[in-house]
Amino acid sequence: MAALARGSTVWRWVVLLATAVYFLLPLWAALRFAGVSAFGSVVGESGFSSSLGLSVRLAVITTVITIALMLPTAVYVHLRLPGLRRLLEGITILPIVIPPVVLIVGVLAIAPGFLKGTSWLLALEYVVLAMPFSYRALDAGLRALDLKTIVEASSSLGAGWVSTLGRVILPNLRTALLSATVLSVAMVLGEYTMASLDLFQTFPVWIYVNSQTSGQVSVAASLLALFVTWFFLMIITVLGTRQSRKTGGGEVTLFTVARTETRGD
Amino acid sequence: MGSTVAAPGSLADPGALSPPAPSGPTRVTLALRWLRRISGIVPFAVFVTFGLLLPMVAVAVGAFQNNDGGFTFSNVSAATHGIYLKGFWQSIILSVISAVIPGILGLIVAYAIFTAKRAQVLRQVAITAAGVFANFGGVPLAFIFIATIGSSGLVSQWLTSLGFDPYSHGFTLYSLIGVIIVYLYFQIPLMVLVILPALEGLRPAWREAAANLGARTFGYWRYVAGPVLLPSFLGCVLLLFGSALSAYATTEALTNGTIPLTSIQIGSFLNGNVIAGQENIGKALGLGMVVIIAIAMVFYVVLQRRSAKWLR
Repeated sequence: MAALARGSTVWRWVVLLATAVYFLLPLWAALRFAGVSAFGSVVGESGFSSSLGLSVRLAVITTVITIALMLPTAVYVHLRLPGLRRLLEGITILPIVIPPVVLIVGVLAIAPGFLKGTSWLLALEYVVLAMPFSYRALDAGLRALDLKTIVEASSSLGAGWVSTLGRVILPNLRTALLSATVLSVAMVLGEYTMASLDLFQTFPVWIYVNSQTSGQVSVAASLLALFVTWFFLMIITVLGTRQSRKTGGGEVTLFTVARTETRGD
Repeated sequence: MGSTVAAPGSLADPGALSPPAPSGPTRVTLALRWLRRISGIVPFAVFVTFGLLLPMVAVAVGAFQNNDGGFTFSNVSAATHGIYLKGFWQSIILSVISAVIPGILGLIVAYAIFTAKRAQVLRQVAITAAGVFANFGGVPLAFIFIATIGSSGLVSQWLTSLGFDPYSHGFTLYSLIGVIIVYLYFQIPLMVLVILPALEGLRPAWREAAANLGARTFGYWRYVAGPVLLPSFLGCVLLLFGSALSAYATTEALTNGTIPLTSIQIGSFLNGNVIAGQENIGKALGLGMVVIIAIAMVFYVVLQRRSAKWLR
C-alpha cells in the first residue's frame, strides 16, 4: 500500500511538472522574444493610445449597462418570478453557445441605421456577450442571501424599491457585483471577433494590425494584455474564495459559476 | 426615495407569490396582475430580443433569402458544397481533435490535482491557474505562440541549433496542426475546470467497497469509476468541441485567415473579401454552425442527465 502511494505521488508530480512546463514555456519564450525594450516602445506606437482608449471606453459603457440591466432583473426574478430562474439561466448561457462570429453577422443585418457604425452597437453586443458571466455571478451572489427576508425587513421599515435595491441589496452583493464587473471588463478588453468584423480598432485588433509593422511590439503588447487580464481574474478568484469561506456559498469565478448551470441544478 | 409600503406589485408583496384565489378576480384583472408581475423583466426581455434573438432569426431567415428577399435554397446549397463543405469538415475535424486530446490530457491533469488532496495549496493554485488560463485565448495567445514556435520563435531556434529544424520537417505553426497546439493552451485548463467536480463526486466509499470485493486499481476503474465518469467526460468533451468550433480570433491571427474553417469563412463575408451579392451564403454558413452546435448541446444535456444520476 505504501509503495503504491509513493508511486502515485511520483506520477502526479511528473504530470503536474510537464503541465507547468507546457504552460509557462511559451510565456517565457514570448518574454525573451519581445525583449525589454519592446515593452517601452509599445506605448509610443501609433494607434496604441487610441485603441486602448476605445477598449477602455467600451469596457466602461458595457459594465454600466450590464449592471443597470442585469442587477434589477436578477433581483426581480429571484424575488417575484423564481419559476423563471431556469429559463433565464438558459437564455443567458446562449451567448457562450452561439459563436460570436455568427451573432455579429445577424447583428449587422438588423442593426438600425442610427446605431450602425457607432461604438454603441458594439457595447450593446458586449453586454449580450457578458451575460453568461454577469448573470451567473449575480445569481450566485443572490442565492447566498436570504433575499426575501432582507427585502421584507427593508420594506416593513418603510423603504421602497429604489431604496431597498440601493441600500440593502447592493451592499450585500458587493462581491458578486465585483466579479460581474471584472469578468465583463476582461471580456471586453480581450474581445477580437466582433470588434474586428464591426471594423473597430480596439486593443486586440490593434495588436493584430500592428503586427504587420513590428512582431516584437505585438508580442510585447500581447503579454501586457495578458498580464492585465490575469491580474483582474486573479482578483476575483481570490475575493471569490474569501467570500465563499465567509458565506459558504459557491465561488464566483467564471467556470465554477458556469458549472452549476451546466450541471443543471 | 419611494414611500409606498408593500403596495400591490411592489417588491415585497407576498400575495404576488401565491396563486390568485380561483373565484375572486375576473379574467381581465388576472391578466393585468400577470402583466404587472412580468413587468420587471421587460427591459431584459427587450434587450435579449434585439441583441440576441432577432439577430439569430435574421441569420436563419437570411440563409434562405436571395438578394431581393425572395425565398431560395441556393445559399444553403452553396454552403454545403465545394470550399464551404470542406470548411465544415475541416472545422469539425479540428474541433473533434482539439476536444478529445485536451479532454484526455485535462482528465489526467485534473486527476493529478484531485488526488493531491492533502496538498491544499497546490490544489488552490492549480485551480486558480486553470481558471485564468482557460480564459486566455484570442490574439495575444496567437502571438505568444508565434514567439515560441513560429518560424523565428525561440523554441524553434533551439530545436534548429540542436539539429532539428521543425520547419524543414513539414511542421508549421500556421496550419491546422499549429492551431490545434495553440488551442490546447486554453482547452486543457477548461477541461480541468469542468471535469474536477465530476472527479470530486467519486466517493471514497466506492473505492473501499470495490477493494473489499477484491478489485484492484484496474478493476475499480474498469467497473466503477470509469462507467460513472464516462457520461461527464463525454459531456465535457462536447463542451470543448463547441468551444473549439466557435473559436475565431486565435485562428485568424495565427493564419491570417488562410485556413478554410467555417468561422473564418463567415468572417470573410463581413470583411468584404468575397464577391458582392453573396453575403447570404455567410448566413447559411452561420446557420449550419448553429445547427452543429445545437446537436452537440442536445447530446450534452442528455449526458449531463445521465451523469447526474451518480455524481450528486
